Amino acid sequence: MELFFIFVAIVLTQNFVLHYFLGICPFLGVSDEMEAAFGMGIATTFVMTLTAIITWNINNFILEGFGVEFLEYVSFILVIASLVQLVEMFLKKYVPELYQTLGIYLPLITTNCAVMGLALFMVLRDYNFVQSAIFGFGAGVGFTLALIIMAGIRSELMEDAIPEPFRGTGITLLTAGLLALAFMGFSGLVPV
Amino acid sequence: MNNTTEIFVNGLWRDNPVFRQILGLCITLAITNRVVNGVTMGVAVFFVLVASSFIVSVIGEYVPRRVRIPVYMLIIATFVTLVYMFLRAYFTGLSQALGAYVGLIITNCIILGRLESFSSENGPWESVVDAAGISAGFAAALIAMSVVRELLGFGTLFGINVLGSGWTPWVSMILAPGGFLVLGLLVWIERSISPVEEG
Repeated sequence: MELFFIFVAIVLTQNFVLHYFLGICPFLGVSDEMEAAFGMGIATTFVMTLTAIITWNINNFILEGFGVEFLEYVSFILVIASLVQLVEMFLKKYVPELYQTLGIYLPLITTNCAVMGLALFMVLRDYNFVQSAIFGFGAGVGFTLALIIMAGIRSELMEDAIPEPFRGTGITLLTAGLLALAFMGFSGLVPV
Repeated sequence: MNNTTEIFVNGLWRDNPVFRQILGLCITLAITNRVVNGVTMGVAVFFVLVASSFIVSVIGEYVPRRVRIPVYMLIIATFVTLVYMFLRAYFTGLSQALGAYVGLIITNCIILGRLESFSSENGPWESVVDAAGISAGFAAALIAMSVVRELLGFGTLFGINVLGSGWTPWVSMILAPGGFLVLGLLVWIERSISPVEEG
């Protein structure tokens, strides 16, 4: 039950994009088109789940094991960068169809702060191994959800007459604000 | 206006990282519910960006192109670790308020973007000036955001009561939606003052 709450919390009530402001760059940049948003979401979920699993092990067995916690930032960013590279190489070789679809989004994930944020939050919250894996997967699902909702709204907005200074970023941010308000409505779902 | 001032002003206003280039928003939105947090983050990013652009402008030409991104990431991560340790040692409360977001300076696209597009191709002096201008622009945006949000959300500035006890705090201002709404409005104001040239 506790694992289920972790999942629901990170997808809805504490959504990475709309509650913690993580992964805003792709959220604003990629969410023009539904298909692109979906591709980005899936690729990110994949990397996030793996990141959660690997950084948990590194943090517990290497960093804490040897008492070198101050290397946290340096080692996490290295893990994420190489993980993205590895996933890219693996997909290119063994699942070329998927690589074709996700191809351009993969390198962008390294600088997606949602992935780094995931690793840092996991350490701050002292999750165990299973909890971390669920947390990573849930964060990815939540990110995908926010991206897809936004893409849907933006495709409608393109048809509308919007005042010049609001075009693009301005209106997207206001929409995101309203979306965040709506997501606050979920806040009673999970006992804190 | 000589070259140095021009580079600086460019970063502060014309290429303002937040309002103009729409970069580094995670931090901008997340920590600006109090002015103190905004100022601290501004200073932290200033230090990291200036220090890492200096290093990159000096060693840039010796780094092989293929591995430059991981090398930049490592340089940035090292300076961010220094900031984190400094904050934790001398400003424990602030360090807890900023939480994971100090670490997220590493993945702030402003920094990597500046290193890649400016410092790697320019001399140390220009790079430091450019970094100072960009991070001053970033700090200005953080402070503008946090003044609006703290004033409306708590009725205070720097924790000092400004609006009097009759003020009803706008709770949503300090929560997530307020961040998006205030930034949207500030972008609107900035674009109304100096419209984007259609290119």
